[in-house]
Amino acid sequence: MVISTEGLTFNFGNQTVVKSLSLQVPEGSIYGFLGPNGAGKTTTIKLLLNLLTTQQGSIHIFEKELQSNRIEILSQIGSLIEQPAIYLHLTGKENLLNRALLLKIPANRVDDMLALVHLTEAANKKAGKYSLGMKQRLGIALALLSDPKLLILDEPTNGLDPNGIIEIRELLVRLVNDHNKTVFISSHLLAEIERMATHVGIIDKGELLFQGSIDDLSLLSQPLIQIETDNTVDAANFLKTHKFTIVDVNDHYLFVSYTSKQQMGDINSLLNKEGYTIFSINKQQKDLEKLFLDITQHA
Amino acid sequence: MKGFILSFRSEFYKTRKTAGFWSAVILPLLLCLLLFIGFYHNADKLVSNPGMVLWLRFSGAILGVMGSLLLPMLIVFIAYSVNSIEHKADTWKTLFSLPLSKLSVYAAKYFYALFLVFLCLALFVVFTIIFGNFLGILNPGLRFRDYNMNSILLQIYFKLFLSSLGILSIQFLLSLLFRDFLKPMGIGFVGTITGVILATSRWQYAYWFPYSHPMVALTAASPPRGKGPMQPMNIDFFTNEIYVSLAIAVVVFTAGYFIVLKKSVK
Repeated sequence: MVISTEGLTFNFGNQTVVKSLSLQVPEGSIYGFLGPNGAGKTTTIKLLLNLLTTQQGSIHIFEKELQSNRIEILSQIGSLIEQPAIYLHLTGKENLLNRALLLKIPANRVDDMLALVHLTEAANKKAGKYSLGMKQRLGIALALLSDPKLLILDEPTNGLDPNGIIEIRELLVRLVNDHNKTVFISSHLLAEIERMATHVGIIDKGELLFQGSIDDLSLLSQPLIQIETDNTVDAANFLKTHKFTIVDVNDHYLFVSYTSKQQMGDINSLLNKEGYTIFSINKQQKDLEKLFLDITQHA
Repeated sequence: MKGFILSFRSEFYKTRKTAGFWSAVILPLLLCLLLFIGFYHNADKLVSNPGMVLWLRFSGAILGVMGSLLLPMLIVFIAYSVNSIEHKADTWKTLFSLPLSKLSVYAAKYFYALFLVFLCLALFVVFTIIFGNFLGILNPGLRFRDYNMNSILLQIYFKLFLSSLGILSIQFLLSLLFRDFLKPMGIGFVGTITGVILATSRWQYAYWFPYSHPMVALTAASPPRGKGPMQPMNIDFFTNEIYVSLAIAVVVFTAGYFIVLKKSVK
């Protein structure tokens, strides 16, 4: 495990912001850390970076205790917390050079990083004149500068346009696949994470509600049969009299919970016999977005 | 120690284009230049003075403005600007998540502010000497070359530097804690005014109040007033206000470090 926490709890005054959190982030994973705003994601990340002192529980990163190996561990982490921290009066390149100076990294790596995040042309422009997307990319270049084994990114795609989001997603996938990095990325949008994450942790009100691989998460969702017919309401009532469980009905579709292929066939012939025209019938997984809402709302 | 040096160099790299850094260079240049112009235009009235008096008047005019009001206000500004660069860019959390000890990040920042004050005062010495001698060259009637004040100036400004450490530490901590300009600025301003009042009223315990220190130090260093031949000046470094200033600096610097450790990094 690259990150492993046990019973991590953090209080701001009387308020418990993080409750007995046990994260397990395997090596080479893209771990999506999901939760609505104010769920405790940023607090958790600050704890992982030792910006906040652990009150209860333990944090191990690279199998080493964080507090007592702080500098060694931090030297292998690149991070981006909320909005990127950039000196606006310096140029993009100077921001990177300053960080290279602090981390004793050869200056030629700065140009590589600028190229990697497509900022070579804007390198000598003041960072204050950058667009939000450029700032975010510069923030990622800063995080990657020391070639860290672990990247901790807090909402890195906040405020980016779809192109920017795709670019960052591709960059992260490439880093994990080609350079064997581990990425811990937080977000309040599942859709954003879903396409790249290998593992997911869902947090709400400071509690971890789900943790596992992205496949485990899909398994959790109940499959449904989606039926498109000329009269969904009547068809639903008719199926109800035949003891099928109707999950949802709207003008276009009705949804029945799925049990087997045979059941789908039965429904099909039953409706046909009764004179309903079926335009389509198919099995559907509940999408993750909905699942995410279910998990966070029913907990 | 390595972390401290890296952080210190980074402080210079970051601030070298900011008003905070340049104010420490421009202020002495500007003030000495203005006095230089003033003396040059009033040379007729000054030619009768012996070299020592000329130097005392020239450097005394600069010191008078500097020591009472400008120095404390410059310190308030330097302490603010060194910290505000991180507040503005929201980079505290980045600084403290770098693989550097928190002490070296904090200490480098503090000592960089200290360095700027030192630089500024050192430049005052340099510019005073340069402009004084230049006046003597431009108008040989002004007998600046008859007297050498270099070593006394060095001593006075060094004492001024020591006396400013207390204010610097307090202002540094305030600027570190408060994001906005008004709180440290307001406290610094009120402190300075109070300090000037206490020092000019010659209250015997003024040395307990850090914002009075530069002025108290200067008053102690200025030549005794009175008729008769001028006495050679003797600067006594070890006076009460210097002890108090150093003690406050040490205490506030240490306290500041523990506050930084405890404080949640926003």
